[in-house]
Amino acid sequence: MQADIFTRRRNGGLLFFTLLTVLTTGSIVITRYDVLKGFTSIFRAFAWGAANFYPDAGAMTKLPDILLKLKETVLMSVASTTVAAIFAMFLALAGSSTTGLCSLSGIITRGVASIFRNIPLVAWAMVLMLAFSQSELTGYLALFFGSLGFLTRAFIETIDEVSNKPVEALQATGASYFQVVFQAVLPAGMPQLSSWLLFMVDTNIRDATLVGLLTGTGIGFSFDLYYKSMNFHAASLVVILIVITVIVVEMISNYVRRVIM
Amino acid sequence: MIKFEEPIDIWGQISPEHGYTVHGAAGALPFKPLNRQALAMRIFLLVISLLTIYALLTIDYRSVDVAKAAADTLNNLKIIFLQPDTHRLSLRDAFYEVVITMGLAFLTTLFGGVIAFFLGLLGARNLAPKQVTNIVKGFVAFIRAVPTILWVLIFAVAAGLGSAAAVIGMTFHSVSYLTKAYAESFEELDRSVIEALSASGANWWQIVFQAVIPSAATSILSWTFLRYEINFANAVAMGAAAGAAGIGFDLFMAGGYYFDLREVGLITYIILAFAMALEAVATGLKGRIRQNPR
Repeated sequence: MQADIFTRRRNGGLLFFTLLTVLTTGSIVITRYDVLKGFTSIFRAFAWGAANFYPDAGAMTKLPDILLKLKETVLMSVASTTVAAIFAMFLALAGSSTTGLCSLSGIITRGVASIFRNIPLVAWAMVLMLAFSQSELTGYLALFFGSLGFLTRAFIETIDEVSNKPVEALQATGASYFQVVFQAVLPAGMPQLSSWLLFMVDTNIRDATLVGLLTGTGIGFSFDLYYKSMNFHAASLVVILIVITVIVVEMISNYVRRVIM
Repeated sequence: MIKFEEPIDIWGQISPEHGYTVHGAAGALPFKPLNRQALAMRIFLLVISLLTIYALLTIDYRSVDVAKAAADTLNNLKIIFLQPDTHRLSLRDAFYEVVITMGLAFLTTLFGGVIAFFLGLLGARNLAPKQVTNIVKGFVAFIRAVPTILWVLIFAVAAGLGSAAAVIGMTFHSVSYLTKAYAESFEELDRSVIEALSASGANWWQIVFQAVIPSAATSILSWTFLRYEINFANAVAMGAAAGAAGIGFDLFMAGGYYFDLREVGLITYIILAFAMALEAVATGLKGRIRQNPR
């Protein structure tokens, strides 16, 4: 019996590693990934970075421009997240099993959320670019649609988790639907909902860089501009400022989370 | 989540507008005090609303005719979702491109997982000294702060645009995410197990391989798959923004260069199908993990 367990464990391990090897080899072949080049490029990239990728005096003259774009990007991320959160809240109330209207609305909302979540940000950016061209609104709307699906799903889960007992108690006292929502669901779920909101602001600031690259807005555009014109000193300044922004936002959201949770 | 007992020292701070009164034999009971948590909550909501209003007011609306652009976008979306079609890319090619994207995501997850495994061991509080876990956490936080696309583009300078830069660049974020997830999975192991093993003379590696890994295996595999789902989405984005191969590049070409909305529609549908299948598996796996690192 003892031996059996060990044999089974060994066979399981063997199967797992064989599968892993096959998948890895397949992926390397199909993506034409050059393993040697991949690993050596890490060291070359660091060597190159140490030699070229730091801000110099010339880059510092670009600082006001970059800061302006950075402010624009942060504001864009916050605004798109908040507006998406408001819409997501309504969707989540309709989709949650405790506050939803019927089981059908739950299924529909979850489906819509899943579709919005899984349409790649790139697709939103491309589509919005066609009509809104290179304006701030393009980036703003792309982030909005991207956040909407994620926040709806997160909010549904939070409401389901948090509100069973208070909702039942209020319903037993004869409270109306809106009383239940405003007196039980929202107060009980608010810390967790805000935590998701903060998480999304964080994510959106980083995603705004990607959207900016694709649509020519915000800080992503600044990076793209300096990167493509080989002004790596200025590009490195952009990276450093993004890192500082993200870390500061993360620290603020960690602090807020600690206090409100 | 709801606090039933308030700490006594804040009873004095009574806020009339948010309080309530209950009439009983003893007259009015004290108001419900506005505690630190509720106050912070209100300040947070106020600040974020003000920031949003300010941002919405300062957007430059003049450069674009919003109503017309919105109508155009709706029209475009209608074409994308109702009339997907192929022109340059055959259905078979499109599927092959998705497989390439999945391959990129797989390599990224694998490399990220292997590196994160060791960093996770060093980042787990029950396995490594406090100074080491702090260093690992700081390192991971820094990696996370640089957006994935910037990592990829920085590596593209040394390796050239393509799959090598994309995989290495994306690996960075996977390492930071998985290190945190793995470390938390390792920390779930009861301290007494480690103490029992080290008391019986087991060395560090024996503890890791005989106790830590077997007990954390399920959540490690689940986290790794969850990351794979994220990496798939990332690989699509990197294909578009950093010229890595795969379906993302086709999406970028169709949308940004050929303005072929029908093909954008087809590609979007294919990506959606794969992403939703991955999501379904991931949702099933989530039940097997207790905590949710961000």
